[in-house]
Amino acid sequence: MRQALEEMRALYERNQADVSEAKSGRTDLIFLIRFRHCCLLRNQRCLLAYLYDRLLRIRALRWEYGSVLPNTIQFHMSAEEVEWFNQYKKSLATYMRSVGGEEGLDLTQDIKPPKSLYIEVRCLKDHGEFEIEDGTTILLKKNSQVPVAGVWSVLFHPFHSHDIPLLMLALQRVPVPAHTAPCCLHGPECSSA
Amino acid sequence: MSEAYFPVGPGLGMEENFFSLDDILMSQEKLPGRAESALPRLAVLLGRGAGSAESVPEGSKLEIPLWLAKGLHDSKRRIISVELPKIYKEAWRTVFSADANVVDLHKMGPYYYGFGSQLLNFENPENPEIAQTILQTFIARFRRIMDSSQNAYNEDTSALVARLDELERALFQVGQKGLNDFQCWEKGQASQITASSLVQNYGKRKLAEVDG
Repeated sequence: MRQALEEMRALYERNQADVSEAKSGRTDLIFLIRFRHCCLLRNQRCLLAYLYDRLLRIRALRWEYGSVLPNTIQFHMSAEEVEWFNQYKKSLATYMRSVGGEEGLDLTQDIKPPKSLYIEVRCLKDHGEFEIEDGTTILLKKNSQVPVAGVWSVLFHPFHSHDIPLLMLALQRVPVPAHTAPCCLHGPECSSA
Repeated sequence: MSEAYFPVGPGLGMEENFFSLDDILMSQEKLPGRAESALPRLAVLLGRGAGSAESVPEGSKLEIPLWLAKGLHDSKRRIISVELPKIYKEAWRTVFSADANVVDLHKMGPYYYGFGSQLLNFENPENPEIAQTILQTFIARFRRIMDSSQNAYNEDTSALVARLDELERALFQVGQKGLNDFQCWEKGQASQITASSLVQNYGKRKLAEVDG
């Protein structure tokens, strides 16, 4: 990208020289100036389109991946892109807070309409205790199935630099049988279950 | 990534989308033209002549990309005059009106429709015929694209897609995606959770780092 910018700068300077020459009377150089102007515009268009496309992909990252980006991806983004991502995150969070009641509505979860409220997660590797957002702790052992409430997307996040993708594989929304399902509104302590 | 990423599509009609990568690639295609006046110092840039002070003599034939042609063309036509590429000329127009399904549009310049729409920007007495030909070609070929895209499930489609130009390929892919989604829904896979492709790729890359 730096190369393209330098080329643009060189072309522009040469054009400036020719403009001053043209003004002093040599009108047959107008074509040349115009030609260089076209090249400059073309370079500008390509650069802008590339940057814009990158921004679109970063925006998609927020919707698919969540609000914390892994380090490998952040390494490939420039400082301005990280800044843009943070601003976008903030705007999105403000908007989500204003929608849907007091606490707001997290639009990035459940992009496809869910069939049931709880999902079962099968763990492939023994990981010990794990605490999710609403405070409940889950014990993760090999091949145990654990019902998890709607915050399942947080499980995909690489946290504490552990290999999360090794933990969960092929989740399936299993309709949890009614007698074992914790009550959705009141938590596991609800006595009506 | 595929669900939330919406790239800028190509422009419709005679205007291009500034940010569209498809339009940028399309406007890179060359078209034949003629220099109306002597072009000083451009010989090196355009690939002919040795010295940097040479000028391209008047009336010589040039192949210039579309973006340059659009920029240098003006109503007084002092600098460049543009000719139609052969595929938009009379001979090919009769071929298209005879049977449009036979033509290999990918080989003829993979941006037949887009480029043709841009050509209408240059004044040319044949413009209405060109526009009519492009439209009729599209109508004639569309039926086959729609049929083939909706009925080729889990097959190798490279034979079907080989003769289509870029616009038609995009339509074909949209049709395929619709078909795949429908089959997915029929099998009941629509409500299964799958890790997004981004996460899967991330997992694979991380595994590679751990191993290597």
